[in-house]
Amino acid sequence: MRRVFPPACSILPTLRRFLAGLSFDNYAALGSDRLYLAAYLKSLEVAAFSTLMLLALGYPFAYAMARAPRRLQAMLVMLVVLPFWTSFLIRVYAWINILQRDGLFNQMLLALGIVEEPVGWLSTNTAVYIGIVYSYFPFMVLPLYAALEKIEVSLHEAAADLGAPPWKAFWRITVPLSRPGIVAGSLLCFIPIVGEFVIPDLLGGSATLMIGQTLWTEFFANRDWPIASAVAVVLLCLLIVPILIYQHRQAREIEQGG
Amino acid sequence: MVERAQPIKPRLGPKRDFAPWADPAASPLVRFERVAKRFGAISAVGRLSLDIFAGEFFALLGPSGCGKTTLLRLLAGFETPDEGRILLEGADLAGMPPYRRPTNMMFQSYALFPHLSVERNIAFGLEQERMPKPQIAARVEEMLALVKLEGFARRKPDRLSGGERQRVALARALAKRPKALLLDEPMAALDKKLRAETQFELIELQAKLGTTFVIVTHDQEEAMILADRMAVMERGRIVQVGTPAEIYEQPSSRYVADFVGDVNLLEGRLTATGASESLVHGNGGVQLRIAQPVDAAPGALVWVALRPEKVRIGLERPTEARENALAGTVVDVGYLGNLSVYKVRLDDGALMTATLSNRTRLVERTIGWNDRVWLSWPPEAAIVLTR
Ligand SMILES: Nc1ncnc2c1ncn2[C@@H]1O[C@H](COP(=O)(O)OP(=O)(O)OP(=O)(O)O)[C@@H](O)[C@H]1O
Ligand SMILES: [Mg+2]
Repeated sequence: MRRVFPPACSILPTLRRFLAGLSFDNYAALGSDRLYLAAYLKSLEVAAFSTLMLLALGYPFAYAMARAPRRLQAMLVMLVVLPFWTSFLIRVYAWINILQRDGLFNQMLLALGIVEEPVGWLSTNTAVYIGIVYSYFPFMVLPLYAALEKIEVSLHEAAADLGAPPWKAFWRITVPLSRPGIVAGSLLCFIPIVGEFVIPDLLGGSATLMIGQTLWTEFFANRDWPIASAVAVVLLCLLIVPILIYQHRQAREIEQGG
Repeated sequence: MVERAQPIKPRLGPKRDFAPWADPAASPLVRFERVAKRFGAISAVGRLSLDIFAGEFFALLGPSGCGKTTLLRLLAGFETPDEGRILLEGADLAGMPPYRRPTNMMFQSYALFPHLSVERNIAFGLEQERMPKPQIAARVEEMLALVKLEGFARRKPDRLSGGERQRVALARALAKRPKALLLDEPMAALDKKLRAETQFELIELQAKLGTTFVIVTHDQEEAMILADRMAVMERGRIVQVGTPAEIYEQPSSRYVADFVGDVNLLEGRLTATGASESLVHGNGGVQLRIAQPVDAAPGALVWVALRPEKVRIGLERPTEARENALAGTVVDVGYLGNLSVYKVRLDDGALMTATLSNRTRLVERTIGWNDRVWLSWPPEAAIVLTR
């Protein structure tokens, strides 16, 4: 087969025509429609709040793990990782089951007398947060555990010996020394949560329209690829900063470790 | 550079006649009263009593696993005793958490805070006391000068050498002016030369500050160099407490004699004991005379302990006495530079060691392998042990 190369003189017009075909109209459209802006903000809000919740729940958990007897630690790590053996999608479907009107969660609340009648959990923000916190828990706990486990017990004893009561030793010694774990865990959760699609789609309602869902709708429902691609590019730009921070820290840690 | 040849202890002014333990009216700074600590089935410290006086440099000496660290941790508050009481200036420490105790500890691993600079490490304890900032800065500076680390204030611990880290740990523990400074094998990670220098600095520092130092070590030489008094421990118990000279010259048992320095032990039966001397019939059939009364009945099994440097070694049979003389064959000669060590197989099969200091330059060895030699010593050189 013979390849036909266009002569050099015809490349330039082609390129020119290609460049002329490019336009920022779709980006402008993103700005004009409040829906997109709302979805971006919602995504950032959900990611920020869930990361905070994950940190608040994950830190004590990881701390307890790091302080547990050695033999128990391996088993606890195992328990944290265990859910990965089941498909992520199946686990989110399981939450639908748990949270539905006659689901396990409502039955429990009724049995304990906390609520009078079943609550509609599904299609609410709460359900989305429950799903996200549950799904991303290992991604928060494992980096935190890795950082906390490295802190020697003698440092806590030294702090106590020098007159620091436990909470002060925790604040002055444990927290600063576990900072690499806090940063790694937070970024590892925050970045993918911003673009999360499955959890808000299955557990959330119209109130939690996140950018992942918008993207999906534009691509597959509206088949408006230009606008979808603009949505995706802007999302990438939003996340590039935290991703770069994460990469930088990881690289530095590997350097220091070696 | 000054080479440390012999364990000589510099005694500055007030420390020369320092002996509060000999004063029955003196009350101790720290008192362990029948303290016991068990870990599961292991008894780490067993019903132990001990007094440590203010201003003392006290050493806890014993083999690995005998409970030295546990004793120190009980005092610092990291462990709670199962039995007994620990008193500080007469007050029971029970229930007082480590962060309230006026003692400070220098950890074996130093336990410096890796994220804080040298000065922040030293200031840490002072900040807990809510000392005003300018005062903290002044104290930190004073401490840095004390351990000769001026100019290291801003460094992080991971940028320091082992010896420098050790000094930071010392400065940090001393910054709060503790009533007692507890040191757990502070020199274990230093090389031999640095250790010798640091030992002298510690002695000087202690004399200058007057703080009570309690040091844990399994190195008997280190304990003897540093301490005013030392306690020899065996499996969670204290077997003897005394000044280094007392422990070395008057060990209370074979265990102590053997643990602190080298010793020759000759087994025998006590034949007679008087006001100032006693006679022992040695197992090899030799008569041993010791210038010391023995607290045992004639016929009792005893051991005559004799330090190698107190044994004379010669090719001729000593003429002056028929006692305290044993014949044997040299089986090993060790030349250590300042000393020569002779191992002699006695005619009854026992092995004895004699050391000679090489006062003149050794040109030709007069006593060598397989020589028939006589070992002898004056009655004052040996002591009798009943345990
Ligand atoms: N936290 C603990 N749990 C269980 N056993 C312990 C604990 N700490 C100490 N032990 C045991 O108590 C005994 C005394 O230990 P300790 O650390 O006091 O010895 P040491 O004299 O300091 O020894 P070394 O010279 O090796 O440091 C040992 O048998 C040790 O195994
Ligand atoms: Mg120890």
